[in-house]
Amino acid sequence: MMYMKSAYEIRDKYLRKDMLPTIFCPGCGIGSVLQFTLRAIDDLGLNQDEIVWVSGIGCSSRVPGFVNFDGLHTTHGRALAFATGIKLTNPDLKIIAFMGDGDAAAIGGNHFIHAIRRNLDVTVILINNFTYGMTGGQVAPTALKGLRGTTAPYGQFENPFDIAGLAVAAGANYVARWSVFNYLQGINSIKKALSKEGFTLVEFLSPCPISFGRRNRMKTAPELLRWYQKITVPLAKAKKMPPEELEGKIVIGEFADRDRPGLVREYEAYKKRAKKMMGWEE
Amino acid sequence: MIIRGDEPEQLRLLRKLYKPGNYFMQGNEAVAYGALFAGCRFYAGYPITPSSEIAETMARELPKLGGYYLQMEDEIGSIAAMVGASWTGFKVMTATAGPGFSLMQENLGYAVMTETPLVLVDVQRSGPSTGQATKGAQGDFFQARWGTHGDHPIVAVSPISGQDAFWETIRAFNIAEKLRTPVVVLFDGVLAHTRELIKIPDVDEVEITYRKLPQNEEEAKLPFGDPHGDGVPPMPLFGHGYFTHVTGSTHKENGLRDVYTPEVHDRLVRRLHRKIEQNRHVYEKYEEHFTDDAEILVVSWGVTARPALGAVLKAREEGIKAGLFVPKTVHPFPGERMRELGKKARVILVPEMNLGQMILEVQRYVNDDVILRGVNKIGGVPLTVEEILREIRGVA
Repeated sequence: MMYMKSAYEIRDKYLRKDMLPTIFCPGCGIGSVLQFTLRAIDDLGLNQDEIVWVSGIGCSSRVPGFVNFDGLHTTHGRALAFATGIKLTNPDLKIIAFMGDGDAAAIGGNHFIHAIRRNLDVTVILINNFTYGMTGGQVAPTALKGLRGTTAPYGQFENPFDIAGLAVAAGANYVARWSVFNYLQGINSIKKALSKEGFTLVEFLSPCPISFGRRNRMKTAPELLRWYQKITVPLAKAKKMPPEELEGKIVIGEFADRDRPGLVREYEAYKKRAKKMMGWEE
Repeated sequence: MIIRGDEPEQLRLLRKLYKPGNYFMQGNEAVAYGALFAGCRFYAGYPITPSSEIAETMARELPKLGGYYLQMEDEIGSIAAMVGASWTGFKVMTATAGPGFSLMQENLGYAVMTETPLVLVDVQRSGPSTGQATKGAQGDFFQARWGTHGDHPIVAVSPISGQDAFWETIRAFNIAEKLRTPVVVLFDGVLAHTRELIKIPDVDEVEITYRKLPQNEEEAKLPFGDPHGDGVPPMPLFGHGYFTHVTGSTHKENGLRDVYTPEVHDRLVRRLHRKIEQNRHVYEKYEEHFTDDAEILVVSWGVTARPALGAVLKAREEGIKAGLFVPKTVHPFPGERMRELGKKARVILVPEMNLGQMILEVQRYVNDDVILRGVNKIGGVPLTVEEILREIRGVA
């Protein structure tokens, strides 16, 4: 199904025409990931009325403004905290949080790990481009050692966050990471994520040629995609590799797929328990 | 499903759980019960002295009422979760103290910009920074007014006793709902932990209100317009099929972002101000005692209004023509009334538990020939009747 529909059909069905064109630069990967997400929604036959898009601040966070759904475009890093209030009080709504790596792992890091700990029922689509694209290419907490940004002109000297690994450790129900090059796996992962209870995350390595690539001798999206092919290692292969060989590489694949009860179910059970302990038994 | 608080089932539960009568309880508990009576069914917060009993009371009571209590990872997340829940149609509250209030300023601005009704209780404590964490103060007067950045209007109410806290919390919810705006309750650590007699009324005695919802497709498509001329747009809720876009960026009447057109920003931010200014009748409230012939006018607020009243009563016994003016809604300040009273007074005294904050608002409305003097006390101990009376005698 998802291969059959033209991009125009997807665009006309789901995007707000009066907000186009988007702000995305030539070669940017956010549009691709948005298309993956919309195709997943379309393929699952999800009801447009029952999805809310939530985001923080950054290029990727502008997505809720382009799609024809209920949307909450909030403050930097806080999307998941806002989402918690929406989901708990209206469990019929499906929440998609569209986030960037700086948004989720730096300023929003605390909200991120706690939303996962609570197993908030939300699907996070995470754009990881190793940079703060909107503000002009400052170094991000995901940037691999040695990568350059306007605020790390001599190469990043700090260790990077592995966002997917962080999510697995914090207890997410579903975690996958792909580059935008792996679009089939990407769409399939988003479909899976949208179908599951609890916290689900699909992270995408996504090219930012203008703010990131140009400063790292990869001026175009194809160069960045080729670089992704070079630095990514599929999970099955990575398991057989010694740690020193994995240095500077990024593992892609499905990292977690489990079914712990989500926050909504836990809270409804808690309310029942409260009434039982009150001796009401209603 | 939305809970507004006025459904027959909710009223039945309130009657069953909270029998009308006199109770001996803390000011913090009075705030919590006020919120429950007002229809608040979502609370997100983070523990902080001296506000924690509000969270504890809500955590105990809300699940029984089918409501939601969430302890978030910090104050930033707390107010964020409230905004989310408000957009599904819930009445929402949080309580905090100075340091937490500082963290909430970011999303308080977001709530102003997105016209999200919510109630934020700041149990003021002695600062700056950690200060005297367990002691009360009145140092957040201007943090409530100007804590978040940019041009913005704000409504803040300030109760003067535990009983008053019950009713003022309800009033805060009603203002928030009527004007689709966040409302701050400036409470303080002294009243919060004072146990006193508090009368819980029958639910029928409590008037509560709910926000305007769109009546047709056209209204729903303009969630930031002004279809009724009162500056307050109806609020389309998430999940109702309107595809509402809500953003803290400058937006057009239809909610969509437009940060490049100066007129759009001008129109939006001026309407936000006009909404508050032109609806003064919704929130303006003050108390007056002996102001008709007062030569010495005491202007006070919150916890300090009580010893101020004691001092004025004693001064009257001594034949001194003293009077008391207490703004209950402190932001926007009741400036017109202040101006009228200021014309009649020879001396104005402003007692407060800080080094002079509300006095700056008073100053804006009185002439230079009036002697204006602060009665200020810090250190975590409230002003006494004697201390204020001494100042009154000194200028009599």
